[in-house]
Amino acid sequence: MSEELFKEMAQSIIDGDSDISTELAKKSIELNIHPLEAITKGFVVGVTYIGDQFGLGEAFLPELVMAGEAMKSAIAVLEPELLKLGEAREMMGKVVLATVEGDIHEIGKTLVGTMLSASGFEVVDLGVDQSADKIIGKALEINADIIGMSALLTTTMVRQREVIEELDKEGLRPRIKVMVGGAPITQDWVKKIKADGYSEDAIGAVKIAKELVGKE
Amino acid sequence: MQPKLSLLTDDLIERILDEAYQLLLKPGIKVQNEEARKLLADAGAQVDEETMVVHIPAQIAKAALQTVPKKFQLFDYDGNLAVEYGGDTVQFDPGSSGISVLDPDTLEQKTAESADLIRLLKVAEQLPQYDAQSTAVVCHDVPKEIHDLYRLYLVLLYSKKAIVTGAFSNKNIQHMIDMVAIMSGGADKLRSKPRAVFDVCPSPPLIWSNFGAGNLMALARAGMPAEIVSMPLAGAAAPVTLIGAVTQHAAECLAGITIHQLAKAGSPIVWGGAPAIFDMRKGGTPMGAVETAMIDSSYAQVGKSLGMPTHAYMGATDSKRLDMQAGLESGITAMIGALSGINMISGSGMLDFLLCHSAEKLVIDAEGVAMAQRMLQGMKIHTETLATGFYEGVNFKGGDFLKQRITMQLFQKEQNMPSAIIDRNSMRGWKEGGSLDTFDRAKVRVNKLLASYRRPELDPAQESQLHAFVLDLAKQAGIESLPILEDFQPA
Repeated sequence: MSEELFKEMAQSIIDGDSDISTELAKKSIELNIHPLEAITKGFVVGVTYIGDQFGLGEAFLPELVMAGEAMKSAIAVLEPELLKLGEAREMMGKVVLATVEGDIHEIGKTLVGTMLSASGFEVVDLGVDQSADKIIGKALEINADIIGMSALLTTTMVRQREVIEELDKEGLRPRIKVMVGGAPITQDWVKKIKADGYSEDAIGAVKIAKELVGKE
Repeated sequence: MQPKLSLLTDDLIERILDEAYQLLLKPGIKVQNEEARKLLADAGAQVDEETMVVHIPAQIAKAALQTVPKKFQLFDYDGNLAVEYGGDTVQFDPGSSGISVLDPDTLEQKTAESADLIRLLKVAEQLPQYDAQSTAVVCHDVPKEIHDLYRLYLVLLYSKKAIVTGAFSNKNIQHMIDMVAIMSGGADKLRSKPRAVFDVCPSPPLIWSNFGAGNLMALARAGMPAEIVSMPLAGAAAPVTLIGAVTQHAAECLAGITIHQLAKAGSPIVWGGAPAIFDMRKGGTPMGAVETAMIDSSYAQVGKSLGMPTHAYMGATDSKRLDMQAGLESGITAMIGALSGINMISGSGMLDFLLCHSAEKLVIDAEGVAMAQRMLQGMKIHTETLATGFYEGVNFKGGDFLKQRITMQLFQKEQNMPSAIIDRNSMRGWKEGGSLDTFDRAKVRVNKLLASYRRPELDPAQESQLHAFVLDLAKQAGIESLPILEDFQPA
């Protein structure tokens, strides 16, 4: 019975259908299926599948984003149930995401946020045009494991270095790991500014984030 | 007759504009500049100060369109007419604001510095296919506070051509106008014969940032031509449909023109852009995609229906090398742009999503531009009869027509004469020439152009005034001297 339901759950994520994923999450509660089981045996299977398909070039960004949204909807139903049971989902880690100061581009960063959340990270997305102080302040406030910074402009990518230098100055690394991304970012730049991780795309970013928190 | 590509019917243009006007009202335009909001409010728009969203009634935008010049011109250093915006004129300039250059020897992208921009300027200066220079790459050997104006400084020292440029901050726009004015012999002379057009970008979707709107107003008041570079990303920062992206482009441009004309009615402004589809595999913004070119062609048609001068980013590639992808994407999009009658087509020389510039690509692209310009001349009628008059004395022999005087008189009018970039050798001749492929031939041509380049003779007083002006700004940005430049010693 629940095997069938788990399959439907995975499928709802693959289809990117938030209505159905929400409905199935509710149904699992009625059927007294443990919320953690619903997540790991059901919904996460769908996210992993879509991620793999994306990696193979068989799935595309809209499918990825919709899968992430469907996942979010399901988790929103199941998380309060977990809390009622006095349990919490074991999170992969906490991530603060931001586009650096002076830069207002956020398509890629938002995508990374969606995929990290769907993969079990707790993500605080500060949005665009964020100063080093704000980014580091939030990371300290939530005790983040990772700071992820995006920059699309060559004029603003230098800000990534400023944040890293500030973290070093405060002695906050390696406790807080830094991931960077954005169109002008190259492996050379990553090395130069001594960032901990970098990826070309959102699926790669999840892999890097897992490595950085030692869960891969 | 200039051949023309029309992707939209008149009915469709009307629908696009109707919906664009609707967008100005709902959801409205987010205007992050207080003064611009005030201008719009004073004109009768409804402003929500908290969200910065301005709801602009169509009649305000339509009134702005009434005062926009339908055409304007740019002039070179010597005061000769160089570029005509308006109507169906088609002109090309190299792409702008790259961050790296393709090293022709290592094939690596290297971070651009002064010498790299100068190399590009020297090549573009000698290619008649480029009607204007652009501030092609950002030079990383100066502080970022002067990145925008330092590019212009080099263009002003190494070129006499008209200039397509743009500022990276509100603070620097006035400095850059002043710099062009110095080399034009004063602000009044510059106003009567503008040499530069300044790109100004809205932020998709439907946002005019503090910086963008500020620049629009500054340019309007200075009477310097502004060029809107609206860049809807179809499927990410704009509707996924090409026609939806064209509609958003229209709304962003209409809002920009409204702010601009409210700041100073009658100032010149261009209906331009750098849109792209959003690549759903890599999340990139492919400039070489045919759909990107279709958005360009269509929005230009919409702009023309309003009598606006037009601009687009075409003739670039997303390839990392000067390979077949580079050739076909650059050539096809340049041709589409030309057939769309776009007044200024920027993008030649650029690779890798407009991040990387290449002098070798500039010389190859110049051949594509020449082909497009030939195409625009269309089928010509030089003679009274189309053919029958050619047959006197022709004895059914091949080669007879070569002997005709009229062949000698007309062949250069009929045929575009490519440079050695285009190979039309026999196999034997090609092998004897070293079996060079396009990229090899481009390297040879670039080296020839670099060898034949002479820095233009400019007024030494203007040069030293310009140098002092930029040096002062450089000092404020924290450096004591400017990079040493080839063939230029400041007084």
